[in-house]
Amino acid sequence: MAVASEQQVGIRRPRIPSAAFGWGGAAALVALLLFFGIRHHVCPSNASAWVSFTITGLRLGFLYAMIALGYTMVYGVLQLLNFAHSEIFMVGSFAGLYAFKTLFGITNANHPNGIGGIYLAVVLAVGLLVAALASGGAAVIMERLAYRPLRRHGASRLAYLITAIGASLFLSNLFYLLDGHSHLGLPFNWPRIAGASPVDYPQVMKKVIVFRIAKVPIDSQTILIVAVAIAMLVVLDLFIRRTRAGKGIRAVAEDPETASLMGVNINGIVVMTFFVGGLMAGAAGLLYGMFFTQALFSMGFVPGIKAFTAAVLGGIGNVRGAVLGGILLGLIENLGVACTGTQWQSVIAFLVLVGVLMFRPTGLLGEQVGG
Amino acid sequence: MPLLELHDVHIHYGGIEAVKGIDLSVEEGEIVTLIGGNGAGKTTTLKTISGVKRPTTGSIAFRDKRIDGRPAHEVAGLGIGHAPEGRRIFGRMSVRDNLAMGLYAASARGSRAEHRRTADEAYQRVFALFPILEERAEQKGGTLSGGQQQMLAIGRALMTRPDLLLLDEPSMGLAPMLVEKIFDVVKEINRQGTTILLIEQNAHMALNAATRGYVIESGSIVLEDSSRNLLGNDQVRKAYLGEE
Ligand SMILES: Nc1ncnc2c1ncn2[C@@H]1O[C@H](COP(=O)(O)OP(=O)(O)OP(=O)(O)O)[C@@H](O)[C@H]1O
Ligand SMILES: [Mg+2]
Repeated sequence: MAVASEQQVGIRRPRIPSAAFGWGGAAALVALLLFFGIRHHVCPSNASAWVSFTITGLRLGFLYAMIALGYTMVYGVLQLLNFAHSEIFMVGSFAGLYAFKTLFGITNANHPNGIGGIYLAVVLAVGLLVAALASGGAAVIMERLAYRPLRRHGASRLAYLITAIGASLFLSNLFYLLDGHSHLGLPFNWPRIAGASPVDYPQVMKKVIVFRIAKVPIDSQTILIVAVAIAMLVVLDLFIRRTRAGKGIRAVAEDPETASLMGVNINGIVVMTFFVGGLMAGAAGLLYGMFFTQALFSMGFVPGIKAFTAAVLGGIGNVRGAVLGGILLGLIENLGVACTGTQWQSVIAFLVLVGVLMFRPTGLLGEQVGG
Repeated sequence: MPLLELHDVHIHYGGIEAVKGIDLSVEEGEIVTLIGGNGAGKTTTLKTISGVKRPTTGSIAFRDKRIDGRPAHEVAGLGIGHAPEGRRIFGRMSVRDNLAMGLYAASARGSRAEHRRTADEAYQRVFALFPILEERAEQKGGTLSGGQQQMLAIGRALMTRPDLLLLDEPSMGLAPMLVEKIFDVVKEINRQGTTILLIEQNAHMALNAATRGYVIESGSIVLEDSSRNLLGNDQVRKAYLGEE
């Protein structure tokens, strides 16, 4: 008895009623808008349009979720908003492109319909691995060169933020310069990886219709994106909850000094956090490039800032929150598009960001790693 | 050879000297207490032994090996357990996971089966000392009462079976009955073979539990003697035991 009553006391949080009220109010508002939207023929009223926007929303949402994890984990451990994470995502996209084109020699010219069978599985697996490792590696190098010196000197939060923006600009402009020409008067040509204009992403896997929901076709790439995302998200969740390193990450997020008293090497945990966040973003970069059929030096900006929004929506620092936030943001954005048109997609996403920051800055699930 | 020996240790926060050249030693099997008022430098000394803070100069030796300047996560693996000031429980982790964190340093080496065995043995040992923790094992650390959190902090520091246990004001903020209980457990832990360096503002309880004591005032050791003599010392009686 005593145990049960004490647990109830522990679970009680005074914020819940107001939060429930806020979200209930928001949901009611959305419902009202939809009701009048559909009645006055602003929003579509047929089921297949809604299904179609839901599918688009889920596909993007899972990609946002994968990217959002990097923001949220690094924030959890260092209270740092790593705005260069969007460029880590871009690096993964180009690394995947490199794997497809250079390792396997697959281009749209020689494989206009993509490939199939076991070969496809191998190519995708290797591509994802290369993309993930490249992004993970880039994130670790960035931590070493840009952030660790700041930590050693106990720099202010503002210094971190400015460094993050600098690192972001540096990486995207570096890829802008990697166009196979000579730059800065140096007597050699820079490697030809990216450049000023979009680079075609090979099809690799043809977008074929696998099944239909309410007449809406579901294509193979959407299934691939959702499947890879779910698999990686589940593995990450298990990693954080079950493994020794995951416990270390949670401990450092909660109280670095005490964690170090327990034997946790904080630097090691920080490196691990950047690496794992990079892995997820890199895989997302490949899937994103494949689906939208191109890669560009500046491609990280929009999905990056959307993923950041997703992390805030779910509760920055909270791993499951980032996943929830990503999926929700993808859905909200695209269901909003159903009524307003695609030109409003980003407006809707950033309205969500502003709304969360104004009314519930700790996000849906609150700020905590692992929970 | 003392288990722990500090020699002429100076510690600074920026330009401010918080600890001004202290000498302190702890022999194997002892309970030694370091008493002093607010801001005297007790916590700073303990953090420096654990490696959370670096001394500016001076040496700290554990089992005759220098440990000053080594990072905290390395010191944790050498057999020094630390229950920090303010308990510092991981509030979002369960009681069981908090205890598991105590084993973090030890779980770096060895096979999975060995870990399982050490962990089982460690949980049993700690649960025997603090049965309430077993009852609350699945509860979040943050939901425990102050006294239970103190037990958890001590239990967590004991998981690795440390040779030396550092306790920073375990009686802070606890009701007198609980304070007695905590001190009983401290003595019991010592009887089971763990050497203890105990920091306290509650000089009365601390000196009754300890064999020897040091008195620290604004960063310097001003007295060092057996507990019995310190309890009888006029200066100590006036300043720390509230007697006239
Ligand atoms: N992080 C810090 N930065 C600057 N000064 C500090 C810091 N921590 C402690 N000090 C200063 O160092 C001195 C010693 O502090 P310390 O915490 O070691 O005292 P204490 O003896 O543990 O006191 P208490 O019994 O109140 O815990 C104090 O003057 C304190 O203000
Ligand atoms: Mg103190």
